[in-house]
Parts: sequence; C-alpha cells; structure tokens
Amino acid sequence: MTVNVQMNTHLVTPKFRITFLIIVNRRAKFMWKWLHPYADPEVSYHLTGKIIPWFSALTTFFLLIGLIWALAYAPADYQQGDSFRIFYIHVPAASLSMGIYLGMAIAAFTSLVWQFKLADASAASMAPVGAVFTAIALITGSAWGKPMWGTWWIWDARLTSELILLFLYLGVMALHNAFEDKALAGKAASILTLVGVVNLPIIKYSVEWWNTLHQGSTVSQLGKPAMSVEMLWPFVFCFMGFALLVGTIVCIRFRSEILLRNSIRPWVKALVLDQYPSNKVKNKIMENK
Amino acid sequence: MQFDSFSAFLDMGGYGFYVWLSFGVSTVLILALIFSSLRGHTQAIKQIAIRQQREKKLHQLRKQRNDTHIKTEVTS
Repeated sequence: MTVNVQMNTHLVTPKFRITFLIIVNRRAKFMWKWLHPYADPEVSYHLTGKIIPWFSALTTFFLLIGLIWALAYAPADYQQGDSFRIFYIHVPAASLSMGIYLGMAIAAFTSLVWQFKLADASAASMAPVGAVFTAIALITGSAWGKPMWGTWWIWDARLTSELILLFLYLGVMALHNAFEDKALAGKAASILTLVGVVNLPIIKYSVEWWNTLHQGSTVSQLGKPAMSVEMLWPFVFCFMGFALLVGTIVCIRFRSEILLRNSIRPWVKALVLDQYPSNKVKNKIMENK
Repeated sequence: MQFDSFSAFLDMGGYGFYVWLSFGVSTVLILALIFSSLRGHTQAIKQIAIRQQREKKLHQLRKQRNDTHIKTEVTS
C-alpha cells in the first residue's frame, strides 16, 4: 500500500508541473494570439492593401482643408506676419520626422530582440519617408529663418541635431540596401537606428538646454494655451493630413518590401503571375536582348 | 479670407518668396516620394516576375538536358 502511494505521488508531481506549465504557456499565448495573424506577411500585405485607400482619402481631405485654411484663412502672426504660414508645414514635418524615427526604432528593437522579420520590412519602408520629412523640416525652417533671423542656416543646437537626424536616416537606408542578405542588413540597420535614438531627446530639448536662435515650442505649452484657436485648428488639420500621408506612403513601401523579401513564397508567386502575366515578361526579356 | 486680392495672396505681406519656396519645395519632395513609392511597387512585381520566368526556363533546360542524357545512356 505504502509503496503504491509513494509511486503515485512520484508520478503525479511532474505530471502536475507539466500541466501547470502548459496552462501558463497557453494563457501567455492566448494573450497575444490576436496579434499573431499580423506577423504573417501575406495577412499584412492584404491588410495594408485594404488600409491604403482609406488613408489616402483621409489624407486628401485633411490636407486640402488644412493647407487652404493655413494659406488663405488663418490670421497672420502679429510679429512674424504672413511668414508664419510656413509654420503649418514646418512643425508637422519636424515632429513627424522624429515620430517616424521613434516608430523605426521600435521596429528595430522588435527585429533585434524577437527576430521578427516583418519589423525589418517596416523599418526599411519608414526610413525614406522619414528622410524626406526631415529634409522638408530643414528646408522650410531655412526659408523661415532667412526673413526672421536674417540667415538661411546657423550651426545651433536644434538645427544641427535635426541635420544629424537626416544623416541617420540616410545611414539606415544605406545599410538596408548594402547587403544581399536582408536579415543581415536589417540587423545592421537596426543597431544604427537604436544607437541614433539618443539624438531624439537632444532634438526635443535642444531649445531648452542650450541658448539657441530657434524659438521654443509653440503648440504644446503646458498650462496656458500658446496659440489662438484660429491658428490651432488649421494646424491640427495639417498635422493630421501629414500624419495620414506618412501612413499611406509607409503602407505602400511596406507592401513592396514584403513582396521582395518573400519572393520565393507560393502566395507571392501566384500574386505576381496574376498581376504580371508571363507573356508580358517574355516580351520584356526580348526587348532587353 | 485674409487677403484682399490674388496679388496680395501671392505677395504674402512681403514674405511671398519664402512662403511659396517652402510650400513649393515640400510639394515637390512629397510628390516625388509618392511617385517613387508607387513605381517601386510595380518595379518589385516586375523584378520578381522576371526572376521567376528565368528560373522556370532554367528548370526546363535542366530537365531537357537530363532527359537527353538518360536517353543517350540507354541507347549506348
């Protein structure tokens, strides 16, 4: 009898441990299960394909209203006059250039830690968009600085750190295209992205940490509203418009990245054959010869 | 409307050059980005299609060569 009981406990304990582990594991899996389908390239490809028309429609809506409002109907600034209208492009572009970098850094982190291949594709599709918005922020800032400060460019903290952001974007783009092996390229680009994150707080707080020619924050000053409502609303429309534009372009580029990185998968082959019939390819090859 | 006439709108209170320079350059850059992204998508599909076609051709050639090889072995 006693032997039997001993044997039973001996048998039950590891069994119980295993079932317990299975339950915990299942729970952890269940918590993230709703996210799992989106890790599949095919699902992401079709999902972004559905998102693009909505995003582009909303982009045109917000940008049309926002830009016309900003250019023709918003009041002129009492100090800066009509040159203030540059603000409606400059500020959304500058804050989006930092926002895109943050998104890219999150993607880089997930790619490095969890070896998540789609994260590389999304980081690679965000980099060129971020670079263009950084360039817009720099150029519009320069065109605004000339009449207000009397110079196109000055090596002060805000401007220099934003220029470094542009170079970081260019470096990330170059690394993504530098290797034939996309996983290796993604790893290298991710490391550069994560190192470059240190630049974000420097850009953000440069106007507070150092004496600079650049004015302080206009839109979000805690406590009192800094902007009059007639100026704030067109800004909100412009910002939403540009943010949705970024979403649209990133989705378009993300889809191309997915196709190129999964070109040997059957679903990509079927899709390509469907969109680009073989006789067309033959003609192209003949033309090249 | 903040401006009395179209010329006043273009002049932007004396800042016309800077304002229109900013808006113009931004528009050009954004349009270029949009078109290059759209072109990149069709380009990607074309690239994959051409590669696929080439692989198919190579596969056929290899199969043909193997077949003839086996035939010659059998006859000899």
